[in-house]
Amino acid sequence: MKPLVLTLRGRPDQRLDLAPLVPHRLAGLTAAEIEQIELQTTRRRVVVGDVFRLRIGEATHIRIEGACDRLDRIGHEMTGGEIIVDGDIGARAGRLMTDGRLTIHGSVGPWAASGMKGGAIEIFGEAGDRLGGPDAGEIAGMRGGIVLVHGRVGERAGDRMRRGTIVVEGSAGAYAGSRMIAGTLVVVGHTGPLPGYLMRRGTIVLGEGSDVLSPTFIDCGAHDLVAARLMAGFIGEYSARAAKLFNRPLRRFAGDMAVLGKGEIFAGA
Amino acid sequence: MRALTVKGVHIDDTFAEAFGMRATAVIITADSIRWARQAALTMTGFATSVIGCGCEAGINGELTVKQTPDRRPGVRVLLFAVSTAELQKQLQGRVAQCVLTTSGSACYAGLDGEEKLRLGSALRYFGDGWQISKRLGGKHYWRIPVMDGEFVCEATTGLTKQAVGGGNLLIMGRTAQTTLAAAEAAAAAIARVPDVIMPFPGGIVRSGSKVGSKYKGVRASTNQAYCPTLRGAVATALDPDAACVLEIVIDGLTSEAVAAAMGAGIAAVTKLGPKHGAVRIGAGNYGGKLGPHHYHLRDLLP
Repeated sequence: MKPLVLTLRGRPDQRLDLAPLVPHRLAGLTAAEIEQIELQTTRRRVVVGDVFRLRIGEATHIRIEGACDRLDRIGHEMTGGEIIVDGDIGARAGRLMTDGRLTIHGSVGPWAASGMKGGAIEIFGEAGDRLGGPDAGEIAGMRGGIVLVHGRVGERAGDRMRRGTIVVEGSAGAYAGSRMIAGTLVVVGHTGPLPGYLMRRGTIVLGEGSDVLSPTFIDCGAHDLVAARLMAGFIGEYSARAAKLFNRPLRRFAGDMAVLGKGEIFAGA
Repeated sequence: MRALTVKGVHIDDTFAEAFGMRATAVIITADSIRWARQAALTMTGFATSVIGCGCEAGINGELTVKQTPDRRPGVRVLLFAVSTAELQKQLQGRVAQCVLTTSGSACYAGLDGEEKLRLGSALRYFGDGWQISKRLGGKHYWRIPVMDGEFVCEATTGLTKQAVGGGNLLIMGRTAQTTLAAAEAAAAAIARVPDVIMPFPGGIVRSGSKVGSKYKGVRASTNQAYCPTLRGAVATALDPDAACVLEIVIDGLTSEAVAAAMGAGIAAVTKLGPKHGAVRIGAGNYGGKLGPHHYHLRDLLP
């Protein structure tokens, strides 16, 4: 299948909102119609044709080449199909997406996968703060789907996450899994201070431990759980490195006892 | 009615009459196949006939570590009942009392289906608030804290309305020993057929029944036409040399599975031959008016 390719002509002189460039919104449009879609975030009008060279193809498969960190909201509310990005991108990639696949061969800014409900996001570089977190005023962050980050992630990854899975192969910043409502967060590398801060339910797996674990997490002993095998089986489809973390007994810390306390942090025993 | 002979074994020109049923399947795993099998045996005990047990259930086969969701050895159990409500009740009760209680066990859906039966989503209340819901991809599991760790149970399992219950073979021989040998051979062959179970002990039933009785309130009673000790006293279905009749009852998730199982059973009995096994194979029916599924033995010959 021939993909629809958008090649950035050069670094834009303002941040651009790429929310309209998703498969379901481009379906059935001609090249001329796509080139007239407005992307500006300031008063100066910018259309697709101004900043991208367009090679028309199937809108279900979109490629964005030569991307830069001023491209925000890529894959916004995506409902299916695939977007592949070459290069770094800006904030809110894959926000509110419900299905499909978003692949970024580069790094992403803050709020990637924010409020995501389904589908898969794979980030080969790094991810900024609040990966999967809620936007201002929202009660829950990520609500489904899977996010795989090969590099490191910023602070508060999985903030207020409700469902779904986040796998970080690199390290994570402070407060990973803060205020989690439920869901699964796996960090293969090192985790910054206070993972699971005020988490209610959900599972955090620490590959290399963290700087400081809150005293409101209570040691429940080392266990070899069937649930770990199931998580390994599921995560193994995406990350063999993360799946390996489950091939050993894991020490279970229940918490955060400062709130509901029905969450858990697993660390090597 | 006696029309066919295969390798010296007479095969009646008759048919087995079977009924539509509701069925489901679960996969039970444990740390070893011994304990997975133990859970399954306990769960499928006292599940020989819907008449007296509420459901018919049995082990459908063992699964290797590559075939189970948690990469542990397991067995697949099939359950059959006459209604969805009864099937749900039996499934819930049996998993709760027999699988949840077995050391190291876990329980998963063994059947896909548009319609679902509650499995872990019914048992989770045993967790008394400490149960943990875990959704991984399209699967939903419940983790219930128990004294040896956690009981993991998938939230739902599939239901099929295409299931068939009551496929059968009547195996008749000159002595009890040779007839049992033939029935054992048939049961062993049918055990290898996918998607079927034989709910009676060891797959074999010696007390075939007819509908009704001379006694008020007795729904099923002995089928005197097949009782060798009554051969001279009643209208018998037996040959003068028959000394023993054993029946194999088959329930399957599909009609095709039941037919395949009956074919495998006939092949095993005829392979053994009349000298060491059975001399005649028949099948039970009610004249063809009660059950929608008819399996003619002549269509199933090896």
